[in-house]
Amino acid sequence: MDFPLWPVAASNIASDVDHLYIYLVLVSAVMTLLIFATIFVFAIKYRRRSPDEVPAPIHGSLKLEITWSIIPFLIMLTFFWWGAKIFFLNATPPPDSMDVYVVGKQWMWKIQYPGGQREINELHVPVGRPVKVTLASEDVIHSFFIPAFRIKHDVVPGRYDTMWFTATKPGRYHLFCAEYCGTEHSGMVGWVTVMSPIDYENWLAGGGTGGTMAQQGEQLFEQLGCSNCHLTDRQGRGPNLRGVFGSHVQLTDGRSVSVDDVFIRESILNPNAKIVEGYRPNVMPNFQGQVTEEQILQLIAYIKSLAIPGTAVAPVGTQPASATQPIGGKL
Amino acid sequence: MSTALEQPRAQEKPNYLNAEYGWKSWLLTTDHKRIAVLYIISISAMFLLGGIFAMLIRLELLTPQGDLVNSDTYNKFFTMHGVVMVFFFLVPSIPATLGNFLVPMMIGAKDLAFPRINLLSWYIYIVGALFALAAIAMGGVDTGWTFYTPFSTTYSNTFVITAAVGVFIAGFSSILTGLNFIVTVHKMRAPGMTWGRLPLFVWANYATALIQVLGTPVVAITLALVGLERAFHIGIFDPAIGGDPILFQHMFWFYSHPAVYIMILPGMGVISELVTCFSRKGVFGYPFIAGSSLGIAIIGFLVWGHHMFVTGMSTYAALYFSLLTMLVAVPSAIKVFNWTATMYRGSISYETPMLYAFGFIGLFTIGGLTGLFLGTLGVDVHLTDTYFVVAHFHYVMVGGMVLAYLGGLHFWWPKITGKMYPDGWGKFSALLVFAGFNLTFFPQFITGYLGQPRRYHAYAPEFQVLNVMSTAGASVLGLGFLIPAIYLLMSLRNGKPAGNNPWGAKGLEWETTSPPPTFNFDETPIVTEEAYAYAKHEEEHVG
Repeated sequence: MDFPLWPVAASNIASDVDHLYIYLVLVSAVMTLLIFATIFVFAIKYRRRSPDEVPAPIHGSLKLEITWSIIPFLIMLTFFWWGAKIFFLNATPPPDSMDVYVVGKQWMWKIQYPGGQREINELHVPVGRPVKVTLASEDVIHSFFIPAFRIKHDVVPGRYDTMWFTATKPGRYHLFCAEYCGTEHSGMVGWVTVMSPIDYENWLAGGGTGGTMAQQGEQLFEQLGCSNCHLTDRQGRGPNLRGVFGSHVQLTDGRSVSVDDVFIRESILNPNAKIVEGYRPNVMPNFQGQVTEEQILQLIAYIKSLAIPGTAVAPVGTQPASATQPIGGKL
Repeated sequence: MSTALEQPRAQEKPNYLNAEYGWKSWLLTTDHKRIAVLYIISISAMFLLGGIFAMLIRLELLTPQGDLVNSDTYNKFFTMHGVVMVFFFLVPSIPATLGNFLVPMMIGAKDLAFPRINLLSWYIYIVGALFALAAIAMGGVDTGWTFYTPFSTTYSNTFVITAAVGVFIAGFSSILTGLNFIVTVHKMRAPGMTWGRLPLFVWANYATALIQVLGTPVVAITLALVGLERAFHIGIFDPAIGGDPILFQHMFWFYSHPAVYIMILPGMGVISELVTCFSRKGVFGYPFIAGSSLGIAIIGFLVWGHHMFVTGMSTYAALYFSLLTMLVAVPSAIKVFNWTATMYRGSISYETPMLYAFGFIGLFTIGGLTGLFLGTLGVDVHLTDTYFVVAHFHYVMVGGMVLAYLGGLHFWWPKITGKMYPDGWGKFSALLVFAGFNLTFFPQFITGYLGQPRRYHAYAPEFQVLNVMSTAGASVLGLGFLIPAIYLLMSLRNGKPAGNNPWGAKGLEWETTSPPPTFNFDETPIVTEEAYAYAKHEEEHVG
């Protein structure tokens, strides 16, 4: 019977987390054994020998109290320091990460790649390449958990969260939902397949799609009638979206905001929340309930692709990156 | 239980049990001791109910497929296990029973400061419990005891409001008990019972009362908002209507983390009493044990965010919560070291209550240390929401609190009932509890690090061996809880008279008769010595 006692380590941070965990286990084991042994020795050595014996009182010792407050606290500070270091170093994805978009929905994981490939409960990633996962939820809070990578992040409705990892070992690993999300919570599981870069390229090429995420977003942009007002060649009733992604815009209330994923999402679902200077409220219809989180991600990909006039974002999987190049690439 | 207690005995001195007879004399009583007995009966019933849900959970998890009940039923099992155990057993357990019985007696008072409010708090508890039971009877709740939004406000199709109302109401019972304790300890101490002479059990209950009064209103408001959001869609927590689901977690844990200390502090108070009595020696570092209770109560309010490291909180906020989590462990460590030092050169005997105290110190140490794993940022990301968390808080709540409760119940049972129980059976079941507990929960640390998420109806097959161990342990543990229930109840009829002070313990509660008279003391005791003055045993007596 398959009976593991230690999880597979298959990401860049897995061994760091394991080392810290082993340190914690060792320190705890020593502390526990010390206390157990002391109590055991005292219980034997100072057992009651006659029913009427009365031991001499010992009231305490300031020196001891200070010692056993400070030393454990210093040890705990090493836990804190090491743990914070791992947390901080992995808080921000490296700039050369490839993107994957994950939408949690009762009770499945919907995964999209910039190239337009889509999967349910399956995530394919290449070995050795940082992957930035953008997380969105269609309904309740989920949590995206890959034990073999030692990473987890809550997937909270109404916003985007990101996490990242670099897979280090080809194989198939569990993908779990770790935040209780209703009836089939324990069925909201899938697999992460880590492939060699070449296998990954083949896999990407094999997935027949209706175009990249940006292209799918462009189709939606037409279907939903966005293009009637948001003209891409000149100003319409709504702002021209060419080149706006990543820029700063002035709002009617005087604030300035940067045009990012969160702002675009909010502007689709609740257009009146922030009105750009020069435009009127109550012009754009509310798309709450009209588009899924996956579609919003496609629309964002499209608007992002308009960022630099004349260039569309190429599927990330096809971009060369030094980490994934075969050895021959160095020549 | 009461009928057995009520049998008049010609030779018996008047006491709180034989002072009056009939159900009215119990249901309308304002005697803190009778109210404590009412609470013991009520929370034992809730413990049994929560325990049945626990056994059903463990039975389902014997196999990985989830083939005993369907997913909805399983989800209701763990929700109701949590709701019943946390809000209707653990929170009231020691303060409302042993605290109610002992706090006035330990400070030499006739009763709590507000006896009628004390009775009211029991009735409020019962009304809250009836709502929870109604929610169960109507079909259950499936949100988890944490009621996370927006699942609880928008998506669950179960009786969330009924259960939330039950918890909301029971909260007031907790607030009133806390209020009563604070006023009692401030105003009702006997002459000579200075703050520096208070038994550590009183200090622990006092610190607990502060948290109850300051923290419970927050969870009450939070659950009221969940109910309002669910009924009227007011847009507090549901992002689809402008709310923030994470706001709920902040509010919930702002209470529920301190609530962990509501559950464990009184247990620590019990252990301080047991260790001194069965070492027959004054406690080591009295001001540090007393002060650490207050320290825990204060710092405990500042660490709630460590439940939320993976919600996407700011990395700097995470840093702050992680650091303070390390700090809150210091007062707990101080207690463990001082208990150990108290045994040094003591005169240690191993009656049943002391075995529970040994068990508590060991299991609480493991529970506390594994809490540090979860407060450590890099490791918590992997461990949170896995069985590691389940194992950790059961080490604290069952290994700590339940063992302390059982130890305390065995220690003061002769005082409460005037009867002794068979010590041999007591020791045997204490060992069963210890062994069963470890077999149940230790494997869960391993499944947790392997990555088994909590609240899973079906799980990956490679986790089965460890889960079978857990289920086997749970059966032993269940037996360990059942045996004391039997011999303690039997002792009411057949137990030998206990005498006033069967353990040779110090403390005003041991100066009076067993069971004590209605107003605790024939005349107000005058306190002339520090707590636990075992060395002066032969000299002067008070009361």
